[in-house]
Amino acid sequence: MKLTNLMTSAAMAFGLATAALADDPTKVGFVYVGPVGDGGWTYEHDQGRKAVVAEFGDKVETVYVENVAEGPDAERVITQMALQGADLIFTTSFGYMDPTINVAAKFPNVRFEHATGYKQADNVATYSARFYEGRAVQGTIAGHMTKSNIVGYIGSYPIPEVIRGINSAYIHAKKVNPDVEFKIVWAFTWFDPAKEADAAKVLIEQGADVILQHTDSTAPQAAAQAAGNVITFGQASDMSEYGPLPRVSSIIDDWAPYYIARTQAVMDGTWVSGNTWDGIGAGMVGIGEISDAVPTDVKEAALAMKAALADGSYHAFTGPINKQDGSAWLADGEVADDGTLAGMSFYVEGIEGDIPQ
Amino acid sequence: MDLSAINPVLLIASLMVAATPLLFAAIGELVVEKSGVLNLGVEGMMIIGAVAGFATAVETGSPMLGFVAAAGAGAGLSVLFAVLTQYAQANQVASGLSLTLFGLGLSALMGQSYVGIKPPQMQKLDIPVLSDLPVVGPILFGHDPLLYVAIALIAAVWAVIKFSRIGLVLRAVGENHDAAHALGYKVVRIRIIAIMFGGGCAGLGGAYISLIRVPQWTEGMTAGIGWIALALVVFASWKPWRVLLGAYLFGGVTVVQLNLQAAGVAIPVEYLAMSPYLITILVLVILSADKSSAPAALGRNFHAAR
Repeated sequence: MKLTNLMTSAAMAFGLATAALADDPTKVGFVYVGPVGDGGWTYEHDQGRKAVVAEFGDKVETVYVENVAEGPDAERVITQMALQGADLIFTTSFGYMDPTINVAAKFPNVRFEHATGYKQADNVATYSARFYEGRAVQGTIAGHMTKSNIVGYIGSYPIPEVIRGINSAYIHAKKVNPDVEFKIVWAFTWFDPAKEADAAKVLIEQGADVILQHTDSTAPQAAAQAAGNVITFGQASDMSEYGPLPRVSSIIDDWAPYYIARTQAVMDGTWVSGNTWDGIGAGMVGIGEISDAVPTDVKEAALAMKAALADGSYHAFTGPINKQDGSAWLADGEVADDGTLAGMSFYVEGIEGDIPQ
Repeated sequence: MDLSAINPVLLIASLMVAATPLLFAAIGELVVEKSGVLNLGVEGMMIIGAVAGFATAVETGSPMLGFVAAAGAGAGLSVLFAVLTQYAQANQVASGLSLTLFGLGLSALMGQSYVGIKPPQMQKLDIPVLSDLPVVGPILFGHDPLLYVAIALIAAVWAVIKFSRIGLVLRAVGENHDAAHALGYKVVRIRIIAIMFGGGCAGLGGAYISLIRVPQWTEGMTAGIGWIALALVVFASWKPWRVLLGAYLFGGVTVVQLNLQAAGVAIPVEYLAMSPYLITILVLVILSADKSSAPAALGRNFHAAR
């Protein structure tokens, strides 16, 4: 209790200090789940941070902490950032949701932005990208390209974002290849190259010739390269060093425009809490160049899918779609609403296996 | 569920790869403990080996040089432990633990600029005819050379400890250092050599993870293999062949549980994830019922004037 009081008063003191010295650079903090050199998720967030620096020059000061474990340790790191006078803090992993909300309650004058979560507060906004749109493009390519009809999928944690991705990839692979089958391994980590490599190897040994990953390292790409005849997709970042094979395309997160806009809003005093969920159309999700290893007609199909998703003429979850147990979810032509998508915790019909609890 | 999707030949081949880092670390620690020294720094020496091997392989383009550097780095770090415990008479448990913590931190610092880089690939053994044999080919003749080195090391350690004079002296030092000293053996010197051998092996095990098994560098990538190696030596009753058995068992269950997951077996993932530890411990506890005991002087410091 005493500590809380101390922190609150410290925060107020900082609040007063910032108000008094309006010319001070705006301080923006970033909390990363992996190392900035992961070549995937965290790397792209850090690119966004660099874009903020490039945009505002010495009007901003950015700080970041990498490799922050999700859970109590995150709370400590975020608190420390707030105490050091950050005006805006981006917490860039799902597991930082509760820590962010907790810390935000103690620092009413600091603005927080939490990536991929669903809990908001007056000073906590959430933002995420519609990665499932990218998954639809991947699924299309995967369905066409697989010869064994087995697609391996390395899941990280069984949270809605990951489940959405699996469903979206499956629906679109199935659409172009009715015989396709998904094998899913849960790694229970965002970033652990050893585990990811093991998972990829096992999937390949069981016949998968396409590996989709929702983990952040390039280890599955290396495993696929060693195995040969297996294609992969860059996750979060382009991972083009593994192209043209095994990496045939990628989902790229582009956070820079959002980070710049939100930093600007804090500077102007126009920042308000909210929820931003953008996809291919808004440019938050990019599709990395489809390599020459993909036949032209498949590439065209994938690009057509991308274009339809971008201009809004097609939604990645368009009925008829049943849930895994066979019950109806979306009627013919019906599209999923954001609420259901945000909390998605079921597989669609055709995927085998259970989601771990 | 589709168990037929699991290919037993590939399964055995990949469990051998999964077990090799553990094998290196455990056989090194076995020799150290046989000399009467308990070095809890295995994890630290492994991770230093992993980063040193990775960095060297990336800079020189040669994985083999990487392994040499890894063994050197592991042995180098173990010298620190040797100085602390053999000359400064520091507590072995505390020194070993701090060696692990130090190794983890130092490796993270050394590896800063190597995150996300692709290392040069190690060539697999490709013997004409033999490697193409069905079943036997992929299991026995289709691996990287280091895997065979690990197995050869087990055989060599077993033979040396059991049949040679050097092995006898090593055991004498480990069982009763005062008696060995009275016979004129240089207890401290022998122990330092054993510690460095253990460090070198741990370094090789670490580099095997960063250069062959994954292959990539990340902070803390040994993920507790060093601790498992320590436990394995105890449960294997300080017998080299049992270390091999335990390591393959552990590697095997690790690979099998992923295979079961991919095949869609309806066992909760959490049970599968803990199964390697449970099964390995269980089997080795049953095996170690034959009352073979630890080296008598294990963990006790020696000073000639005492």
